[in-house]
Amino acid sequence: MIGQRIPILRFGAHLLVSIQVDIDDQMAVQLQDDLSAAIVKAGAHGVMIDISALGVVDSFIGRVLGTIAATSRILDAETVVVGMQPSVAITLVELGLSFKGVRTALNVERGMDLLRATEGEGTTDVDDA
Amino acid sequence: MKSEGGNVLPEILRGEENDLLAEWLKHQTSTGGMGGRVSEEELREKSRAFLRGFAEAAQHGNFTDIDAPEWSVVRDVLADVSRNGARQGLSPAQTATFVFSLKQPLFARIARKTNNAADLAAQLWNVTTLVDQLGLRTTELHQKGREEVINRQQRDILELSTPVVKLWDGIVALPLIGALDSERTQVVMETLLEQIVANSALIAIIDITGVPTVDTLVAQHLLKAVAAARLMGAECIISGIRPQIAQTMVHLGVELHEVVTKGTLADAFAVALKRTSRKVVNANDRVVEAARA
Repeated sequence: MIGQRIPILRFGAHLLVSIQVDIDDQMAVQLQDDLSAAIVKAGAHGVMIDISALGVVDSFIGRVLGTIAATSRILDAETVVVGMQPSVAITLVELGLSFKGVRTALNVERGMDLLRATEGEGTTDVDDA
Repeated sequence: MKSEGGNVLPEILRGEENDLLAEWLKHQTSTGGMGGRVSEEELREKSRAFLRGFAEAAQHGNFTDIDAPEWSVVRDVLADVSRNGARQGLSPAQTATFVFSLKQPLFARIARKTNNAADLAAQLWNVTTLVDQLGLRTTELHQKGREEVINRQQRDILELSTPVVKLWDGIVALPLIGALDSERTQVVMETLLEQIVANSALIAIIDITGVPTVDTLVAQHLLKAVAAARLMGAECIISGIRPQIAQTMVHLGVELHEVVTKGTLADAFAVALKRTSRKVVNANDRVVEAARA
């Protein structure tokens, strides 16, 4: 499984990262690199990270997820983490990771609503004449 | 018939069973053992089963180790009697009387069968240690029966006390009642998170009106639940904080920062409605603001 990557999909002005496998440390770090590059390249204003299939997290993955979200925010992309399992939420809280400054939503649909609502909030769109 | 060193117990148990049973039952009722709670018929049945098993076991000549296989019938009867006693609220002493009241009729018969003092003393010693063991066993089993009851009740309370109520589409409430300890908080947190998923809740109201005291530990547990719910995309509102508890929390330095707190569940519900862009409208077309604040 060496070299496996998490795909980053683009929809509109946003990026979607769907983690469908239990990721290892290597993949998490890779994702961090890929995503920050993709945000800049696509000029994305929103990033949605779907972790609904993620059943197990350790402190490292938890921290990387937090870092990914924080990095995206610095790159001016609103970040929403969606679909966290109850067990994962409990684990992260017990580990003391609270994902400060990161938005969360129950599922992809809600996450999308959230991104749409924030669209244009902070950005000044210049309309073509 | 005289016994020369041999144990007279098997002989008594076999030969005088009915007689012994009648006298034993009389003793049981007069000493107030299981009296009242257990019907006479049932008592007779159990006593007979016990004596039969006792006689059977005595044949093997093992009077010291009641854990031996030949005593299994006796052990089963005792277990049955003790468990029932525990469930019906009898005290351990009352349950143990079932066995100890057998001493007197038994001793009287042994005395009749033996004719020298040394032999009598030896025989009595044998029987008394045996009966004591059986009596202690009933107490032990009684205790175990009680523990089973307590464990079951604890499980029941745990399940009963953590209902998550759906108030509206996307709004759930968790009314907490009773003291919160670590174990219970864990269950509460898990139920809350599961219900947030099941109801696709946007907002969860944790009502602590029924929580008698909030110390730093409880506050910490609450904050953990709030943080976990937030990670799943649901906002938490804590309601029902009584004045004394608010004061205690401030004294303890507990900070509920970033958590919305409201006095009553109604206020919290109003906030929840507002957050989900809803309002309560009077039937007479007069708009009543959902959020009073």
